[in-house]
Amino acid sequence: MAIFSVYVVNKAGGLIYQLDHYAPRADTEKTFSFPLDLVLRPHDERVVVAFGQRDGIRVGHAVLAINGTEVNGRFTADGKDVLEFLNNPANYPVSIRFGRHRLSSNEKLMLASMFHSLFAIGSQLSPEVGSSGIEMLETDTFKLHCFQTLTGIKFMVLADPRQTGIDALLRKIYEIYSDFALKNPFYSLEMPIRCELFDQNLKLALEVAEKAGPFGPGS
Amino acid sequence: MSQSPGRKQENHKISRELFVLTYGALVAQLCKDYEKDEDVNACLDRMGYSIGIRLIDDFLARSAVKKCRSYSETADMIAQVAFKMYLGVTPSVSCSSATGNEFSLILDKNPLVDFVEELPAERSSLCYCNLLCGVIRGALEMVHLAAEVTFLQDRLKGDAVTEIGITFLRKPEDRKHRRN
Repeated sequence: MAIFSVYVVNKAGGLIYQLDHYAPRADTEKTFSFPLDLVLRPHDERVVVAFGQRDGIRVGHAVLAINGTEVNGRFTADGKDVLEFLNNPANYPVSIRFGRHRLSSNEKLMLASMFHSLFAIGSQLSPEVGSSGIEMLETDTFKLHCFQTLTGIKFMVLADPRQTGIDALLRKIYEIYSDFALKNPFYSLEMPIRCELFDQNLKLALEVAEKAGPFGPGS
Repeated sequence: MSQSPGRKQENHKISRELFVLTYGALVAQLCKDYEKDEDVNACLDRMGYSIGIRLIDDFLARSAVKKCRSYSETADMIAQVAFKMYLGVTPSVSCSSATGNEFSLILDKNPLVDFVEELPAERSSLCYCNLLCGVIRGALEMVHLAAEVTFLQDRLKGDAVTEIGITFLRKPEDRKHRRN
């Protein structure tokens, strides 16, 4: 799975569409006995590993489930505080699943708006007039490609750094947007996209782009 | 156009006559609904506007044109690429003002009036193709170009040619690069 996610941002900077395409990352589930050799601490609405990285459980991973049932933020499914639960030796042995926490939709909205602002700053910092704005943001684990249309909509694709053909994919997503979102008479402009056909065609386009592989489209 | 997933690209060509008939039926119904010609014209313009704001992205996605750097480039783009893509005709462009922000598109063939000879006597100030004006206005607005678009001459009203006038409302030096 080389394409991780797609974001569509409207003119005002609001996220109107988001799709996560990656396969679920490997979570690690282990059985522990008292005392716990990992140090856990609360962070935002979650309980994360602060120290004691081992066996696939890394610092920053969140507690996802206890004894098979998913936790609800900092509380277990039946309402008990996770840290208190794990401090009580009577509850052991306990099986805890750790993994990287996925972004909530509010976090995604916030990050999309932040990127929109950064994009605007990037365009203004440009020494040349008429800059295209941020086209790519590169890290060691992913590349974020951004394409802004002349009408102000931004399409962002997060993909594996080795994945090629993303420019063509961005243009294709623009076409799919103009077909299945804009031509839908019941879709209001700038609003969140809730069109089934758009979803289906987008997923198809992503699959085609991935099959083309890191060596470019076609053979 | 993209088809639904899983199917081969089938080229459904809908009959041009059906489209022209549909447009005619639309105008005829509006004439029944509204007494005054101005109301019908305004309604057609509004409808065209809501088409234009959506059509512009389709046009940009399919034609992959670069940003136009001047009003005359924009007018040329509308005439030579957009009209060709959607209506199959290529109007000629002329600049009609010294300030460089008024242009005319002269259509010698207008597919929408294939079956119309002349306007009825009581509808003498009806702009039959006012939808096109709305489309152009809506499309330009989405790329941050305010414009007034009207029919300057109309064959249906007895003029020699059909002429659409586009007046860009802001001077080029006032245009700030808000996005880029």
